[in-house]
Order: sequence, then C-alpha cells, then structure tokens
Amino acid sequence: MAAPQQQKLKVNGPVAVTANRLSDGVVVWRTAAGGWSTDLADAAVVTTAPEAIALLESASVRHTDAVGAYVAPVVVVEDGTVRPGNLRERIRVAGPTFTLPGALGADLPAA
Amino acid sequence: MYVYDEFDRAFLAERVAEFRDQVNRRLAGALNEDEFKPLRLMNGVYLQLHAYMLRVAIPYGTLSAAQLRRMAHVARTYDRGYGHFTTRQNIQFNWIKLENLPDAMAELAEVGVHGIQTSGNCIRNVTTDQWAGAVPGEFDDPRIWAEILRQYSTLHPEFTYLPRKFKIAITAAGHDRAAIKVHDVGLRLHRNEAGELGFEVLVGGGLGRTPFVGKSIRPFLPVRELLSYIEAIMRVYNQYGRRDNIYKARIKILVHEIGAEEFSKAVEAEWAAIRDGALHLTDEMIEEIRSRFVYPAYEALDDEPAEFTAAMADPRFATWFANSVHPHKVPGYSIVTISLKPVGAPPGDATADQMDVIADLADAHAFGEIRVGHEQNLCLPSVARRDLPELWRRLDAAGLATPNVNLVNDIISCPGLDYCALANTRAIPVAQEIAKRFADLDKARGIGRLHINISGCINACGHHHVGHIGILGVEKNGQEFFQITLGGRADEQAQLGTLLGPAVSYDQVPGLVEDVVATYMELRSGPQELFVDTVARLGVEPFKERVYAAH
Ligand code: HEM
Ligand code: SF4
Repeated sequence: MAAPQQQKLKVNGPVAVTANRLSDGVVVWRTAAGGWSTDLADAAVVTTAPEAIALLESASVRHTDAVGAYVAPVVVVEDGTVRPGNLRERIRVAGPTFTLPGALGADLPAA
Repeated sequence: MYVYDEFDRAFLAERVAEFRDQVNRRLAGALNEDEFKPLRLMNGVYLQLHAYMLRVAIPYGTLSAAQLRRMAHVARTYDRGYGHFTTRQNIQFNWIKLENLPDAMAELAEVGVHGIQTSGNCIRNVTTDQWAGAVPGEFDDPRIWAEILRQYSTLHPEFTYLPRKFKIAITAAGHDRAAIKVHDVGLRLHRNEAGELGFEVLVGGGLGRTPFVGKSIRPFLPVRELLSYIEAIMRVYNQYGRRDNIYKARIKILVHEIGAEEFSKAVEAEWAAIRDGALHLTDEMIEEIRSRFVYPAYEALDDEPAEFTAAMADPRFATWFANSVHPHKVPGYSIVTISLKPVGAPPGDATADQMDVIADLADAHAFGEIRVGHEQNLCLPSVARRDLPELWRRLDAAGLATPNVNLVNDIISCPGLDYCALANTRAIPVAQEIAKRFADLDKARGIGRLHINISGCINACGHHHVGHIGILGVEKNGQEFFQITLGGRADEQAQLGTLLGPAVSYDQVPGLVEDVVATYMELRSGPQELFVDTVARLGVEPFKERVYAAH
C-alpha cells in the first residue's frame, strides 16, 4: 500500500487532516482554528473533497509545526464523538495493538 | 572485537555535530522537510506512524558490552525503555523525539555506534554470520572482510547516490547464516584446490517486490582482489542500473534483465581495467585490519567440567543447552544464542534492563562480546562451558532463556502496521498469536526446525519469501489479509517459497499455520525429515488440500 500521502484523494465520508508533530513525531490533527491538536476530538471534520483540499493546503503553509500532512478517514458516532476511520489511524491514535516491552511504555501517553 | 581508531571517533563526533545543526535549522524553519528528509535518512532517522525511529548499525553484528549498555541507556533515557534488533543486524529505537536525537546520537557515538549506512541509496551496513570467529570449520573470520568493505564503502563519493540501496553479506562457514543468496552481493569465503583463500561472488539476490535468489558470477575471487572486483560490480551497476523506476532500480533487476552471464562479462571487462590499480589489497593492508580484531584469551579448558555435568541433571538446563548452545572452535567453550522470542512477546525486542543484564553477563562470561543475528536473536559467541549453568540461571531470571531457537515460535517478524508507515497489515501480533498456539515447547521441539517469517507488506523486511512458512500481509477492501507461502529457505540452499493458496483473514492465520504444521507431522517420513524437506519432497499440494478443506 502506498502511504496515504501518495494516494489519490478520495472523500466519501467524514475526513480530517492529520500529520506528525515536527519536534517529536507525535500524531496531530488539524483544527478548525488553523492549529494542530494531539486530540482527535479537536479535529476539523469535513465531508467533501474541496473542503479536504482546503484544509490540507492550510495545513501545509507553515512547515515547522507538523510533517507529512494527509487526509485521513474518520467516523463520527451518534453522540458526535470522532473516531479514527481505519486500522492504521486507530493505531496512530492508540499506539501499537500489543503491550510494549518497556516498563516505561505504560507510563507515557499513547501519542 | 574491532578496535576503532581516533579518526573514526573524531569523524563520528563531527557527524553528530553536523546533524545537530541540521536538526536545529529544521526546527527553526531554515530547512523544510524536503530538504531535511534526505539528511535525516542518511543518519538512520525515519518517521514512522507515531514517532521518529532511529536505526543504528551494528557492523557485522558485533557489539561490545559497553556499546550494549549504552544502547540500554539510550532506550531508557530517550525512548520507552526497549529496543528492537532487526533482520539486518541493526537496532531500532522507536520513540525518540527529533529534538532529542542529536543527544542520543552523541551518546552512541561516544562508544563508536552510529546510523550511517543504515539508510539511503548507498552500500549499507555489511552483514555476516553472527558466529563469525567462533564457529568450528570456518575458512577465515568473515568480519575482517566485512570491515575492509566497510572502510572502503563508508561515504565513498561514487557510491553515495547509487540507483538504489545496496546490501552485501558474507559467510565463511559451510552453513550460511548470513542469507548471502538474497543480498545484492553475496560473498562466500572458501579455499580453492591450491588452498588459497577467495570468494565465490553472487549477485542479484534480494527480496522485496521482485524476489530473486542471487546468481554466482565468479566461483573464486582471490581475497586480494575483493575491492577491485566489488568496485567493478558497482561501476557496472551505477552505469546500467535503472534510475528511472524505483521498482526496477535494484541490481537484481539489472542482472535479471541482461542475464547473469552478460552481467558477469561486463564486470570482468571493467575489472580487467582496474584490478591492478589502487584497490589491489596488499598483505600489509589485510594484516593491518586483521590485527585490529582482538580475540579472546582462551584458556585450555575441559569440555565436560564438573559444574556442567552436574547442571545437566536439571532437565530445564539440559533442554536449554540442547536448544540454544552450539559447539565452539575452541575446546571447553560454547556459542550461546539468547532467544529474544519469549512466547507471546514482540520478536526481537529487548528491554533496557535485559540489555544491561546481557552486557553484564557478556562481561562476566563472554569476554565482553555480544552478537546480533538476522534471526532477531542475540548471541554470546564465546562462553566457557563451566560457566554455562550460571549464565543460564541469570538469563532465565531475566526472561532470556526460552529454549525455542529455530523452533516454530522463533518467528522473524517485521514491525508491520503497529509501527511502520508503509505497512498493509500488522505482523507482530500475528507472530505473537502463532507463538502462543505452539506455547508447549516440548511439542515445538517435536516439530523440529521450522522458520516462520512475517512481513506486513511487499517490501519483505521480515524476509517472508525465504521463511519455511512465509506470511505476507496484503490489504483487501480495507481489511488485513495474508498470503501464505511454504518451502522458502535462506541458507546455502536458498529458495523462494511457493504460494499455498488464496489469502486468508487475520483471524484465520494462526489456525492455518497449525493445520500446515499438523499436515507436516502426518506426512513427514520421520522426525529427521525437517518441515522444509517434506515440502520439497511433496510440494505444496497436499498442504493446500488439507488446509483449505478445513477453512
Ligand atoms: C519505518 C520502517 C521501515 C521502512 C520505511 C522500511 C522500508 C523498506 C523498503 C522500502 C524496502 C524495500 C526496498 C526495495 O527492495 O527496494 C525494505 C526492505 C527491507 N527492509 Fe525495511 N523498512 C523498515 C523497517 C525495516 C525493519 C524493521 C527491518 C528489519 C527487521 C528492515 C529490513 C529490511 C530488509 C531486510 C529488507 C529486504 C529486502 C531486500 O534487501 O531486498 N526494514 N524496507
Ligand atoms: S515489510 Fe513493509 S510493513 Fe514490514 S517493516 Fe518493511 S516496509 Fe514496513
């Protein structure tokens, strides 16, 4: 699979723009206010390709905050909570799907 | 151990300072990502799904206790308390922050460790047998030749921008533990009829999207000609290798397209022009490198000391000994493999505490030396047999004595979708679940030698093509699916596995592997016939019938 950055943009459902924070690689989400948040709940969620492209373009203006921005699928559940839209994004949000070997792993935020 | 000189250390310190400056400029915005990415990759820094990853080379898999202890320190201080030993004799730290990377690298550089040549289109870290210098019957220590190649290739201007990455592996023993036939260049050190030392040269092996077993282009190359001949290969590759298409840029595609014979002719022509030039190795040059490898001061010891004989009465020790200990070239000594595959744990990972324990044990019992093998396990190459019981007790207490080396749950797995940005599917949890199905190690021993290799995408970092059972993650409609191959092998009889049948879902993989193994147990001619030999004798059909009937 090509990384999402290399794939053609297809929007058929809710999406958000995500990237990795430059300083430490932590997963971040583009907010409606034009910033980045480590919390998916803060993400700007859009549903059309032009909106997604606009969001992606705004995200790429400053290059010192985040790296490798791309459009990722999300799921909006009934109470409005935003969840990652596929396994890859679930892993980016929650970390590896198994217990990490390092004792320190448990103490640190998942990402 | 190889003793680096001041030039190496000064060079590494400079290189770290340069990278620190690049990171600062990147953080301040003076460099953008397009400018910075090639610079970080040249230093072994990748961006994965949720963090930066630092890949550090362990040249020819040899580590000192001090180096391993420093790796433990880096894991603890800058990462999440563990490291991952890879199929290319590297270690990877999965969670280091970009802003901390220069400090982490500076600490590693102090003990001579770095990430140069772990990335980019250069000649990568040259790999070899993890038992080099210790195993009986070796023609020479292959690390001498790996080191000669390392010095020649490190930052060689002509080879910094090759069409694609270039991987060389060397073996000097009868049994190939370095998988030379699936490398861009594989070198088999041996002696000719006149007793002279030389290499059989193979080219064009590799895994990934288009796997090939390497082809022999020269049965015997006198050792003194090593660099000139490699240079000739590199020149031919540099000139004719496909730069227009990243998927066709590896030397294996060139060799395949023009044929081994044509390729060999082009190399020989190039070589004729340069073989007597500056790259001809003199005995003095070779001796200079050789003299820097310091060998343990072995004592004259008994092969059956009292401590050892007494310990053999303990069935747990005896089981571990039979599985993880191999004869050494020096009487009274052994080669010990340390399994990094405790059942249910991520393959190849070691915690910082475990690294410290291993470093201490290496100092106490193994002349301060540790090796890394491509099977993602560690090894203590020289342990006195009288020390084995004490070593085993301490390894066991640290969870490092699982007696499953080369068994069905000694699984090689790439990081897969749990870490890797290129992945289709997860690989580590698949390995964990399969290992658990065979948690009864008595049963696993009954099954015998069986290598399972798992990759989360076609890049084949987990070497699935050459696994006795190979498992490749593919994506189908957004779901994780897996293709299974049987009969691959990575040793001197290297061969690519044959596809068993249609891909199966994530949940089906462990059951399918159990069925494949059960089928083997029924069909094998006897316990002496290994899994891979049964597959060679019968083909995949009988397995296919049984397995897909059940699913
Ligand atoms: C972020 C993590 C990684 C990335 C981005 C990555 C990328 C790649 C790519 C693109 C290839 C295919 C190259 C080609 O054949 O053209 C490859 C192959 C390979 N990688 Fe990785 N890899 C990663 C992690 C690893 C790890 C953890 C290991 C060791 C366990 C590894 C060892 C290898 C090996 C042995 C190959 C073999 C293919 C060959 O030489 O033909 N890589 N990797
Ligand atoms: S095989 Fe694919 S998924 Fe696995 S580490 Fe390599 S690039 Fe990543």
